[in-house]
Amino acid sequence: MYVLVGVFAGACEATEIHNEVRTKIMATTERPLSPHLQIYRPQLTSMLSIAHRGTGVFLTLGTPLLVYWLWSVGAGGADYAAAQGFFGSFIGRLVMFAWSYALFYHLCNGIRHLYWDVGGGFDIETVYRTGYTVLLASAVLTVVAWVAAYATRGGV
Amino acid sequence: MSLRTPLGVVRGLGSAKEGVNHWWWQRITAIALIPLALWFVFSVAALAGAEHAIVLLWMQSPVVAALLILFVSVVFYHAQLGMQVVIEDYVHTEWLKHACLLALKFTAVFLAVVAVVIILQVALGTGP
Ligand code: HEM
Repeated sequence: MYVLVGVFAGACEATEIHNEVRTKIMATTERPLSPHLQIYRPQLTSMLSIAHRGTGVFLTLGTPLLVYWLWSVGAGGADYAAAQGFFGSFIGRLVMFAWSYALFYHLCNGIRHLYWDVGGGFDIETVYRTGYTVLLASAVLTVVAWVAAYATRGGV
Repeated sequence: MSLRTPLGVVRGLGSAKEGVNHWWWQRITAIALIPLALWFVFSVAALAGAEHAIVLLWMQSPVVAALLILFVSVVFYHAQLGMQVVIEDYVHTEWLKHACLLALKFTAVFLAVVAVVIILQVALGTGP
């Protein structure tokens, strides 16, 4: 019995020492010990990664507008005019701009994902290079699409 | 409380053999969406502000109608697969997770079918 109590006390003491050491390490280490998002330093790689998910969700939320547009074409007349009015409004253009940029970003970064899936581009340098390429390509594609839209102005 | 480790519980059962299928279709739809999405966005950009008759004429071309049907079908299939993973990652209450997944799947199928019916109606000239 006494032996058991002794062992128990010893274990407690060891745990306490262990905790103390751990607190000291936590206090003196600059970096977080595990990637808690709240304290993890933002990096291009992690930002692009979460943006892929963010744009995927945003694009999904935009799909009802796609169906609304198709419906308005089928309905014609005042319904088509109303849809044109909405998409042509400031808010409509803003939403469409955001949706098109999200699509181009997600598309370009999706290609990056597919490249990873076949086993390529995992070294740090390439990950950053393809990351910047995705940002540049999606911006260029968005600008080209909007210049095309304003240039043709529905004239096709 | 069971003393068995989670690993011990599942060992020998094998995977549900579902994950690969899900993963694979996410990639297949992603590849199909590269040309489809580019085609769609640039077409709609060119049509922005167009008169109704012009859009009708465009949608009545068989190739356009076919591409539109493919685009909406693949988009909803891909979006639904992707959103499933997002829900599974963030919703941990069992019943709520299943409710969200059910709502997601039903909404995706509904919107996709509505879109396809509209495209066919316009293409065949049988709309309202
Ligand atoms: C309107 C069109 C689209 C919608 C609504 C959409 C939606 C989504 C969603 C919700 C996800 C899940 C995100 C996650 O789990 O973090 C996803 C993942 C993915 N998307 Fe899309 N997407 C679209 C277009 C595209 C296109 C054009 C590509 C072209 C390559 C693409 C490639 C991918 C890939 C590769 C993944 C998997 C990423 C991973 O494993 O984390 N998507 N998409």
